[in-house]
Amino acid sequence: MNKPSDLKGMVLDPVTNDQRYIGNSEPRHGARRLLEGQGTYIDDIQLPRMGHVVYWRSPVAHMKIGKIHTEHASKMPGVLAVVDGVQMAKICKPWVATLGHLAGMKSAPQHALAIDRACWQGEPVVAVVAETRAQAEDALQHIDVEWEELPAVVSMETALDADTPLIHPELGDNLCFTRSLDVGNVDEVFATADVVAEATFGFGRHTGVTLEPRCQIADYNPGDRRLTVYHSQQAPHMMQDLYCRQFGLSESDVHVICKDVGGSFGIKVHAYPDDFATVGLAMMLERPVKFVADRLESFTSDIHAREHRIKGRIAANKAGDILAFEIDDLTAIGPYSMFPRTSAIEGNQVVNLVGGPYKHQNYRAHLNVVFQNKTPTCQYRGVGHPIACAVTEGLVDLAAQKLQMDPLEFRKRNVIPDDAYPCSGISGIKLEVLSHEQCLRTIEKMMDYSALRKEQAELRKKGIYRGIGFATLIELTNPSPAFYGVGGARIASQDGATVRMDPSGVVSVLIGVGEQGQGTEGIYTQIAADAVGVSIDQVRIVTGDTDVTPYGGGTWASRGAGVGGEAVLLAAQALQENILKLAGAILNRPVAELIARRGYILDKATGEQLLPFSEVGRVGYFRTDTLPAGFSADLMVTRHYTQKDYPFIFTNGVQASYVEVDPETGFVKLLKHWAVEDCGRVINPMLVNEQVRGAIVQGIGGVLFEECLYDESGLLRNGSMADYLVPMANEMPDIEVAHVETPTQSSKLGAKGAGEAGTAGAPGAVQNAINDALAPFNASVFDQPITCEKILRALKKI
Amino acid sequence: MSLKKKISMTVNGQLINAEVEPRRHLVDFLREDLHLKGPHLGCEQGACGACTVKVDGQIIRGCLFLAVQADGSVVETVEGLTKNGTLTDLQESFMRHNAMQCGFCSSGMLLAAAELIEQQPKATREQVREWISGNYCRCTGYHSIVDAIVDVLDARAKGQKIKPVVANA
Ligand code: FES
Ligand code: FES
Repeated sequence: MNKPSDLKGMVLDPVTNDQRYIGNSEPRHGARRLLEGQGTYIDDIQLPRMGHVVYWRSPVAHMKIGKIHTEHASKMPGVLAVVDGVQMAKICKPWVATLGHLAGMKSAPQHALAIDRACWQGEPVVAVVAETRAQAEDALQHIDVEWEELPAVVSMETALDADTPLIHPELGDNLCFTRSLDVGNVDEVFATADVVAEATFGFGRHTGVTLEPRCQIADYNPGDRRLTVYHSQQAPHMMQDLYCRQFGLSESDVHVICKDVGGSFGIKVHAYPDDFATVGLAMMLERPVKFVADRLESFTSDIHAREHRIKGRIAANKAGDILAFEIDDLTAIGPYSMFPRTSAIEGNQVVNLVGGPYKHQNYRAHLNVVFQNKTPTCQYRGVGHPIACAVTEGLVDLAAQKLQMDPLEFRKRNVIPDDAYPCSGISGIKLEVLSHEQCLRTIEKMMDYSALRKEQAELRKKGIYRGIGFATLIELTNPSPAFYGVGGARIASQDGATVRMDPSGVVSVLIGVGEQGQGTEGIYTQIAADAVGVSIDQVRIVTGDTDVTPYGGGTWASRGAGVGGEAVLLAAQALQENILKLAGAILNRPVAELIARRGYILDKATGEQLLPFSEVGRVGYFRTDTLPAGFSADLMVTRHYTQKDYPFIFTNGVQASYVEVDPETGFVKLLKHWAVEDCGRVINPMLVNEQVRGAIVQGIGGVLFEECLYDESGLLRNGSMADYLVPMANEMPDIEVAHVETPTQSSKLGAKGAGEAGTAGAPGAVQNAINDALAPFNASVFDQPITCEKILRALKKI
Repeated sequence: MSLKKKISMTVNGQLINAEVEPRRHLVDFLREDLHLKGPHLGCEQGACGACTVKVDGQIIRGCLFLAVQADGSVVETVEGLTKNGTLTDLQESFMRHNAMQCGFCSSGMLLAAAELIEQQPKATREQVREWISGNYCRCTGYHSIVDAIVDVLDARAKGQKIKPVVANA
């Protein structure tokens, strides 16, 4: 098990005066119930009088909705209601997902159930609610919708052509958002550079495939006019806000509860049309309604992401300095920008991040985000990062190859040096402090680079083609309000924590960021235990309930440790202060003479145990009569934290992949993967390792297997787990992880995010490793997923 | 329309008599009628392994197996196997390695792993990877799951038990 020995030699200053858990690989105790089959996911909840909803979804990419015949379905056994878009629109307002700070961005109003037209295969049109799921599905067969197929915009390449139909005529064209950036002297640098390399990169659409599908139970109590929604979601307060706005309720009328969430990855941070429809049905029927997506629905209605085509080039000089990057990114997002985060952010991120690790001074980027009749795309783990990284690192390798420089040496020469911070990246991003040089040195040692190169050369002589690929990356974490708040989206970047000591001395922590498996609750236990001064089993964490936790943004942009963790730290330290004050009053001694350790008040000078916390609690709650007049024992405190020093806190890291390519079959075998990442202060090395590993495998899925494939008419061809390939244990490599710790100065805790960097770097590293293996054949592939077929094509074998 | 059929089976040691529609899948029966929360539904088509349960000593996919097929059988889920101690070592090892994140795959993974330990006590790391290849995990990247299973295999080979995880006071 990864004990702190992993971090030997880089132990940071403690952040609390009793630091025993922060920095250690503590097992997360909340996980035991999951291993014993005692978790409570949405589908495990059954409420009295609960109905089940299924949706009749558009069977084609684009259609005009005619008359909807529901008479037969309504009479089927157990059916409680059949509801169409017109009926739903009477209680649920439409929405438009744009952000004010993305200048010129547009999207069309979208409804919970489609009215008049459906714009992608899978868009919900009619809802059927019945007493059991089986009855609802039986009745669904009898829904008869008259529809007429409309021409579909499928290819993003032609979406802006004059003869392509408009998806939303009122918008004037199929362009959602466009952005250009031109810094330095790009044309001149490319014209005079010693080396110019270019490539066109393709990225297939993929989706999250959370093992637990999207699901919720909406329950409306007409007596107190209160809506309760049990939801498998990452951002309960955000959903509370959206439900009140779309249904005209007040915030206090809406209660969102998130219990155990079976995977999220960004898929469950968006507000889907069926989320609103399910709530609307519960309000109409005045009884609980459960929605659980089946796997086909997940494939056609969960957000997709990452469909991009990017032309990129790089300029360098003979000495080996990168001089410039230029990219042209075309991406498509489906027929609507997704609510409420908008679908333009991914492309925007690509523009911000390409070339980001390097010190070049010339950069031009152009981005077109277009509409099409496919499932809407939006933020998915790593948002734009894997694309930006694969493009940057692919180009970097091409330049190194032309210069005949070792790719690791080339990177070492060009990364922004560790002593250059704070500084701005060429796209305007603000970089607080990064550790590229140290990470590169670490990975070189960890993988025994020179030995590996030797092995590669030896094997090549024997006709075995192995390749080594690197990806240096930056990742944005700990977002400030500059991310969504300034654009008008009601998405909280602050988070709050309440820490309470109970009479027996145990501590409860209530916090706005919840748990979807990352181990968030585990690290909050560690932070609170250290900061209050109790043992870890004396801490209980409460999350995922808008009625009780402080208001917060939830899980997105790798903010759980950096933002939520800081809120816990601040609140826990404030509670300890209050405990000491109260102990001082009980003991009639100055607070300065006391300290708190492991559930006891000690004499600071001698270390003598003076009072257990349980005694402090007993007096504080039950014998306040014995305390001095006017003394208030405040044993529950709340603190909020927003990161305001930078738009986001960037992290960095480097990954390396070692692969073998069979030139006869195009088959890629992953042999080994290494990652060095710097997420600032590491609160639990084991949990960070597992975040990194899980994320890497999701990135490997993107580069090798995963793609939502469509036919020419816009129908999804592989909407099942049997057809949409995701990585399985057998083909995944062992993944070695090391940490570099460069804490952020923007918080006391110093933690940056760790959840997405793995996904950001893996596609670039694997792509480069494959191309390194193919180098003797003068072949390369930049179209992800890199399938056997694409490799054989590159080798001109087919 | 409900042509229900009478069935009886032993679920986690308890005799159950019930009437079910012949089309009802075993996993739906266990979850919805018996309120067991251990077996999960990830795909309903036999691809993910989240619904794995044991019928007469063999692991099966609860989403491809009808409740009526289990008539007269002994059915065990993660809940029962936790209680009777079959999974203790694996569960402790999974805790130790953080071999679960969201936990949605865990009951299926544990049941698959338990069968591996029974049938291939000398399995190598590669064989462990191969064995659990029928079970999706979308969170962990598998590495820690493989570590956890290998540790139990090693411990068993030495006749040892996995030490329970206790709070580090
Ligand atoms: S739910 Fe049975 S295998 Fe996926
Ligand atoms: S832990 Fe989430 S699917 Fe395996």
